[in-house]
Amino acid sequence: MTRRPPSYRAGQSDRQGGFFRHIAGVLTLVCLIIGSKSTVAAVITVQPGGAIQTLSEALLLAMPGDTVHVESGTYIESNLRVVKPLALIGNGWPVVDAAGRGPIFEVTAANVVISGFELRGVPVSFVKEHAAILLSETENCDIRDNRFVDNFFAVYLAHSKRCRIIRNSIVGSATELTSAGNGVHMWYCRDIAVQDNQIHGQRDGIYLEFVTHSTISGNDSSDNLRYGLHFMFSDSCRYEKNRFARNGAGVAVMYTSQVDMLENTFEDSWGGASYGLLLKDIRDSRVLGNVITRNSVGIYLEGSDRIVIEANQFHANGWAIKIMANCVGSKVTGNDFIDNSFQVATNSRQSFSEFDGNYWSTYHGYDLDRDGFGDMPYRPVSLYSLIVESEPATMVLIRSLLVDLLNLAERIMPTLTPEALADTKPRMKPIS
Amino acid sequence: MRLSLHIGWYAIRDVARNRWGLLYTAFFLVVTVGLFQLQAQSAKVAVSLMSICLFLIPLVSSLFGTIYFYNSREFVELVLTQPVNRRTVYFGMFCGLGASLVAGFILGVGLPYLFFMTISQEQLLSLLLLLAVGSFLTVIFLAISFLLATILDDRGKGLAAILGVWLFTALVYDGLVMLATMAFSDYPLETPLLIAVVTNPIDLARVTLLVQTDWAALMGYTGAVFNRFFGTSLGVSIAVVALCLWIVTPVLIGLRQFRHKDL
Repeated sequence: MTRRPPSYRAGQSDRQGGFFRHIAGVLTLVCLIIGSKSTVAAVITVQPGGAIQTLSEALLLAMPGDTVHVESGTYIESNLRVVKPLALIGNGWPVVDAAGRGPIFEVTAANVVISGFELRGVPVSFVKEHAAILLSETENCDIRDNRFVDNFFAVYLAHSKRCRIIRNSIVGSATELTSAGNGVHMWYCRDIAVQDNQIHGQRDGIYLEFVTHSTISGNDSSDNLRYGLHFMFSDSCRYEKNRFARNGAGVAVMYTSQVDMLENTFEDSWGGASYGLLLKDIRDSRVLGNVITRNSVGIYLEGSDRIVIEANQFHANGWAIKIMANCVGSKVTGNDFIDNSFQVATNSRQSFSEFDGNYWSTYHGYDLDRDGFGDMPYRPVSLYSLIVESEPATMVLIRSLLVDLLNLAERIMPTLTPEALADTKPRMKPIS
Repeated sequence: MRLSLHIGWYAIRDVARNRWGLLYTAFFLVVTVGLFQLQAQSAKVAVSLMSICLFLIPLVSSLFGTIYFYNSREFVELVLTQPVNRRTVYFGMFCGLGASLVAGFILGVGLPYLFFMTISQEQLLSLLLLLAVGSFLTVIFLAISFLLATILDDRGKGLAAILGVWLFTALVYDGLVMLATMAFSDYPLETPLLIAVVTNPIDLARVTLLVQTDWAALMGYTGAVFNRFFGTSLGVSIAVVALCLWIVTPVLIGLRQFRHKDL
């Protein structure tokens, strides 16, 4: 069979070109499979009552490059070592139950695909980090369209690169921090894509430590015990369009530089030590276009330098931003601050960050020259927020006449609030 | 009892004829409508309205009560020449005035709500809570004003005293709480603060409203403590009992004073 290069009209996008190449690739593969009688890329079917009844048997029989189809049914199996490049495809949601005996798949080969399974019953261990799927020292693997139910760790990647974790549903039933594992756990990895997964009820939804050049996008990580996303020592990563809601402590990004946080939603992180987004010792990172709603603290910055916080919406948070005085050179521009109990809090009279061109729902100034920006600077740190910062118990007086009067007096004659922390060009109208 | 109702009915009609009573209703109408016009989200309307209610209701109802009591002095003397129990007269006047002020407030705030928003269950609940707490505050400060007006014969002194009470409960008390909190910051303060809040009707009203508007959950530890207290039926019962005590005590003392008073 001759294979012609697919012709396409000029001006078509690369993506379409890629699509045609992809089709051509699949065609070639199909031709190869049909045309050759050799055992290269054979299909092995695992079926209850069939010739091959267990996954472990199939894994022994399979040659590198084979496809293993697993028909629906329940397979009580654990400690399945995948040491050859294989595609493991579930048809009709076969259930693989570890039944409390240990991890399920341990992948050490490259180019492995695992898709269409329901994996459950990986036990809690205080010694080993058991996972439904462990990818160890591997590359170019795909974990797609699986369901993970009640596992200790769901997907665990160690020393791996160029892997994709896509469209999985991960549901744990963790109740205690000490006996819970993470949804997607990455350790010493690079070029990983974690996309469009649903992760609930784990300890940390997504955990990254020593991971670089990775993308976390389109995930919904909610109702986890600790962090929706936990991020440490992971430079040059990007997370965008994710939703993090009702996690015990929100999202934490620590000890990292060059992180892009774009268009995520941070919602409903409530509690004394709970943050929509916690930034600790972060450098040269960007927080753009996020929606931050109803958190105790929207963004908390500590020891973080040169952070750009731009075009975000802060809505109905306890504190929109808490910025400690050890943060230097950050820029907070073009954000909407609407109906937050406290707009900005800090712990010092000095400020080394820049606030510019934001909309503040509590701004009372005027705009005589009609350029859309208020003519008087706005100082988002109120006297009362300073008092609360030093004496948290005075919180009970919020919205009392006394507090209103104190804030008013301080606004007219600032003596305690940071003089430098001011928005010199506050917008008159919200941006979005 | 019938006589009490009769006198109460008279007081209601008197307030209805009186410009100030209507003005009170009209004020709340205008403010609520204005807030709805200015702000799209009804959640924010509720917060603004709460601040206004906490500030104005105690002030207006205490001033109104005092002035009304002094103004109806001749009427009271006239009625008491008839074979009427003093308790009946006092109680009737108190109930009548209370009913009309509460009605004014509820109409003023409630009508725009009905008009402007399609009420969800949650919003309805917060509106009802606002109305209930506002009504409690109205009656509490009315009771205190009647008490002071009964004790103090001099109109000037009476007004000064009731203003003093308002200033203390609305402002000075909170200032003292704040100072105390700072002074004793090394100690666990949640329980003393709870007691301090329950003791002052305005603070109690404020915190009851705040706990319902998600605030407690947002506010970390202190908020959580308060939420746990006001979230339980025990906490709510204590709050309601405290509010009722604030009505019953001044009314009873006032009645006693009024019965033994040389008019």
